[in-house]
Amino acid sequence: MKSNTPIVYNPEYKFIVNNIEKGSRVLDLGCGNGDLLAILKKERNIIQSQGIEINEKAIYECVAKGVSVFHGDLDTGLDDYADNSFDYVILNQTFQQVKKPDIVLQEALRIGRKAIVGFPNFANITARLQLAIRGRAPITKSLPYEWFNTPNIHFLSIADFWDYCKKRDITVEKTFYLAKAKPVKYLPNLFSLLGIFIISNKT
Amino acid sequence: MVKPASGKVETKYYTFGQDPHELVLESGEKLGPITLAYETYGILNNSRSNAILILHALTGDAHAAGFHDGDKSPGWWDDMIGHGKAFDTDKYFIICSNVLGGCQGSTGPSSLAPSSSQPYALNFPLIGIRDMVNAQEQLIDHLGISHLLAAAGGSMGGMQVLEWMFGHSNRIKSVIPISTALRHSPQQIAFNEVGRQAIMADIHWNNGSYYTGNPPDRGLSLARMVGHITYMSDRSMAEKFGRRLKDERKAFKFTGDFEVEGYLHHRGKAFVGRFDANSYLYITKAMDLYDPIQGKKTRAGLINPDLKVLVIAFKSDWLYPPYQTQDIVRVCKQSGLDTTYCEIESEYGHDAFLLEIEEESHLIKHFLERVKDGD
Repeated sequence: MKSNTPIVYNPEYKFIVNNIEKGSRVLDLGCGNGDLLAILKKERNIIQSQGIEINEKAIYECVAKGVSVFHGDLDTGLDDYADNSFDYVILNQTFQQVKKPDIVLQEALRIGRKAIVGFPNFANITARLQLAIRGRAPITKSLPYEWFNTPNIHFLSIADFWDYCKKRDITVEKTFYLAKAKPVKYLPNLFSLLGIFIISNKT
Repeated sequence: MVKPASGKVETKYYTFGQDPHELVLESGEKLGPITLAYETYGILNNSRSNAILILHALTGDAHAAGFHDGDKSPGWWDDMIGHGKAFDTDKYFIICSNVLGGCQGSTGPSSLAPSSSQPYALNFPLIGIRDMVNAQEQLIDHLGISHLLAAAGGSMGGMQVLEWMFGHSNRIKSVIPISTALRHSPQQIAFNEVGRQAIMADIHWNNGSYYTGNPPDRGLSLARMVGHITYMSDRSMAEKFGRRLKDERKAFKFTGDFEVEGYLHHRGKAFVGRFDANSYLYITKAMDLYDPIQGKKTRAGLINPDLKVLVIAFKSDWLYPPYQTQDIVRVCKQSGLDTTYCEIESEYGHDAFLLEIEEESHLIKHFLERVKDGD
């Protein structure tokens, strides 16, 4: 079975890796082929790591990298975890694909002391122009799918997520906005392709 | 020196539990002496840290890999055990023993009772999965192994793996339960009961005392036929047999006309030659009664927190469906154990754990590598 793919260092990984303390416990919801957890194991000496992933092929890749993973979806099965059983719960470009993102986010904040969520920004300028001028569903670097084959079932912007955090009384501890491989400093809701938020429950 | 798998192997025997050191069973009864038939493959390293225990399913035996002298077919999990395979005999020392209650070299109802020098038959005490594992522990002691690197097995073998996890996790580094359940559902118990009733309805069964006369072959083969239906999926049966007819058709109205009928008859007949009907009764009962956490959420705290777990299920397995296997994963989650769970796409039904070698090997090989390196 060929699934020993090399580890790929995505641009947002650096921000995530740098913001996870050494020796932490990390749960990665929708961990894909396990690259991020493998990097965290190597670079941050995390003491407990666990992925959850729906794709069977990705499971084999995780196992080949020494990443522990549960084969399953995120809409069920999170309630088995005790409160604060992880230091960080990562939802990197996954919660826009689950049926009930609100519940998954609340669960992430219950299970983890902090949650790190990354999502494609639907209000990126390219997307806006495609929709407003061309009248077409947007296709961007972070939203690369056509309307008929996209796994994304919820679309949100960076501003939407800020509103959500306010509404749910969630503390935003840190943000990171990314366009292609570069961080975005000004007007992130317009220029960034990806938003990454480190959030926690208000105490 | 142990002979490598894939070559000639032989079954060995270990006897323990002589009076007054009998094994105290779950039921409180005492049983002894007990003989376990076992085989080993690969070489135990100097630090005695590379031993893996393989646990067999309902009708399996100690002969998991390699060839016995004169045999044409190898042991029951030879695809998984051997040089370069999932359980690599170049790296690991593999042990497989026939369960207590069995009939393939280990003490069971067909063994001679020391008091009467007659077969135990129904005087054999009721045994549980826990008793099977307690007996295995004695074998491990005998082999001078304090800690197993892993215990692995499918179906009833998986139940024994779970008992190693719940009852003996201080002696084991990792467990690999495959296609199994924390406890039997009413449906699983029902299928087993049909098998038992088939045996007991056979006139030759004679309340279990048939060892001097004709054994209840028809009942036992019927039990096996029912079993085989549950081991396959409707899809794998359709693919294997379709509605094809057998060539020879006899005059009798209810001859097995379809290939699937012929297959079941053949499986039933082949089985009676190698299995004891009373063992079938005792072992299926042990499976039905097994319930390690008895509805409680977990037995957490009893499990060694460093234990690593690899749980495998197969999508088309309707005898031990993935949702049951996920109950095991749930307990592991709640106990905070380092756990991997994979549900392999397969059409083979319950038999998949013996057939989906590539995926299973990939998962097990990498998992064992991690356990070995203490990662």
